[in-house]
Amino acid sequence: MKILVPVKRAIDYNVKVRVKADYSGVDLANAKMAINPFCEIAVEEAVKLKEQGVATEVVVVSIGDKSCQEQIRTALALGADRGIQIDTDEKLDSLQIAKLLSKLVEKESPDLVILGKQSIDSDNNQTGQMLAALTGMPQGTFASKVDIDDNKVKVTREIDGGLQTVQLDLPAVITTDLRLNEPRYASLPNIMKAKRKPLDVMPAADFGVDLSSKVKVLKVNPPAQREGGVKVDSVAELVDKLKNEAKVI
Amino acid sequence: MTVLVYAEHDNNALKGDTAKLISAATQMGGDIHVLVAGSDCAGIAEAAAKIDGVAKVVVADNEAYGHQLAENIAELVVELGKDYDHIVASASTTGKNFMPRVAALLDVAQISDIIGVESPDTFVRPIYAGNAIATVQSEDTIKVITVRAASFDAVGQDNSAPVEASDAVKTSEKSSFVDEQLTESERPELSAADIVISGGRGMQNGENFSLLEGIADKLAAAIGASRAAVDAGFVPNDMQVGQTGKIVAPQLYIAVGISGAIQHLAGMKDSKVIVAINKDEEAPIFQVADYGLVGDLFDILPELEKSI
Ligand SMILES: Cc1cc2nc3c(=O)[nH]c(=O)nc-3n(C[C@H](O)[C@H](O)[C@H](O)COP(=O)(O)OP(=O)(O)OC[C@H]3O[C@@H](n4cnc5c(N)ncnc54)[C@H](O)[C@@H]3O)c2cc1C
Repeated sequence: MKILVPVKRAIDYNVKVRVKADYSGVDLANAKMAINPFCEIAVEEAVKLKEQGVATEVVVVSIGDKSCQEQIRTALALGADRGIQIDTDEKLDSLQIAKLLSKLVEKESPDLVILGKQSIDSDNNQTGQMLAALTGMPQGTFASKVDIDDNKVKVTREIDGGLQTVQLDLPAVITTDLRLNEPRYASLPNIMKAKRKPLDVMPAADFGVDLSSKVKVLKVNPPAQREGGVKVDSVAELVDKLKNEAKVI
Repeated sequence: MTVLVYAEHDNNALKGDTAKLISAATQMGGDIHVLVAGSDCAGIAEAAAKIDGVAKVVVADNEAYGHQLAENIAELVVELGKDYDHIVASASTTGKNFMPRVAALLDVAQISDIIGVESPDTFVRPIYAGNAIATVQSEDTIKVITVRAASFDAVGQDNSAPVEASDAVKTSEKSSFVDEQLTESERPELSAADIVISGGRGMQNGENFSLLEGIADKLAAAIGASRAAVDAGFVPNDMQVGQTGKIVAPQLYIAVGISGAIQHLAGMKDSKVIVAINKDEEAPIFQVADYGLVGDLFDILPELEKSI
């Protein structure tokens, strides 16, 4: 069984982002970048399935300029077998990403595609579902548990009311939630080994996909700041403030 | 112009979020039609017809839609929605699940999780866990949009729109429902409650959440949690507030033993009044709190329960 894991280069989740002075976007100059946390969970799940003997090959793909090779190498160090960079300098939306990935799915014919449910920069939560639609695959989103049984997969999903389990025919698309697993740390020997694993570069232009987006970002503002509040000294004072000042209880 | 709004419900009752979606749809302009897809959902269609501003309710009542499977719902929405200018659903786990499929099948972008409508084609949405707010314009012929319900006020319920049945049945052979474990609770729903009290890692274990329950009962509050509390198994996943959990904006949010990581703040910083109870006076939660109380939660909570 072959698993394809698309990963995104995103700002490190610990970095406090700042909006640019001209409101054109977020200032990423010199910001620490990393694999999007949900994508890292996707890599971990695929590698675990390989270790359990369920999967035979784990292929990671990232779409972007050369810098995303860093994240592909990280995924290879975590245990993926080979990497693909779909090379483009353009900032693509989820739909364009999903279209490129659907072409790659045609080429690679994976039995399972595991993606992060959302990236912590654009917070869109779209790519996996779009890829599933474009390839006609069923989907198991926001997964907290994945069980593969022959040519089917059972996915337990985190939903607003609790948990839901669905069964999907393979090939299928799964998107990861936070509690699916805890990604391992790459060991130094594995980081060294990853440098020698194959990494193909494919120009996005060769995929025959229209990469233009119909959505324009007009401006990016900082959020409204909350006024700093006060410290109260006792429970009695807190209750008094809530009753008589804020009038919320 | 017409807007198709996908009704949020659980087959038993229409969710309050739907009236907030209508409020967002009203700002997009044009007639508003509501689609109720479910199994045995006639009562829900009736409830949707009462919402102000709704011109028509379309109900697709079939087993195929009972569990809101994305494969089936997306095909239905594409068939019924292809002539609309806007297709709108809640940014709930239901809407997030099927709407991107709808967008891809229609070959248009999706605008996720909007918190404002500037014009029929221009929308406001948070990015980077709410640390930046983007204004985006869509040139797509159909705008597929998910709405952060907490950012819109519900419209009234004094209408009686006509209800029309759709017999479209879409069933995917590739996906089926197995089971679900839903959390039963007498308390108000997290995303709809006026008061929310949340516990974090500082609660130490699941049993200690009973300290919050007494207070929640007195205040008719919902109980939430940080990711750390959910990951540690203190409470179930549906209680998580934050970037990847529920987004809440109650009148009063009380954070107990929660440090205030940006991913948690993303889910609650639009609350009207925030109270933080934490033993570490440097905890970042105090920077967003209107009222901060520094101290041990195990002393404070019993006292708080007694004094309200
Ligand atoms: C991609 C991603 C998504 C995430 N999404 C979310 C999300 O949706 N929601 C979310 O909450 N987090 C999310 N997180 C996790 C987030 O970064 C924090 O790790 C988490 O919010 C911390 O939870 P906490 O505040 O309960 O725990 P901690 O940070 O450990 O804080 C515990 C607090 O309790 C206080 N405390 C301890 N004992 C006591 C006591 N006896 N009395 C009073 N105070 C006490 C401590 O002083 C401390 O401030 C996400 C992280 C990532 C990477």
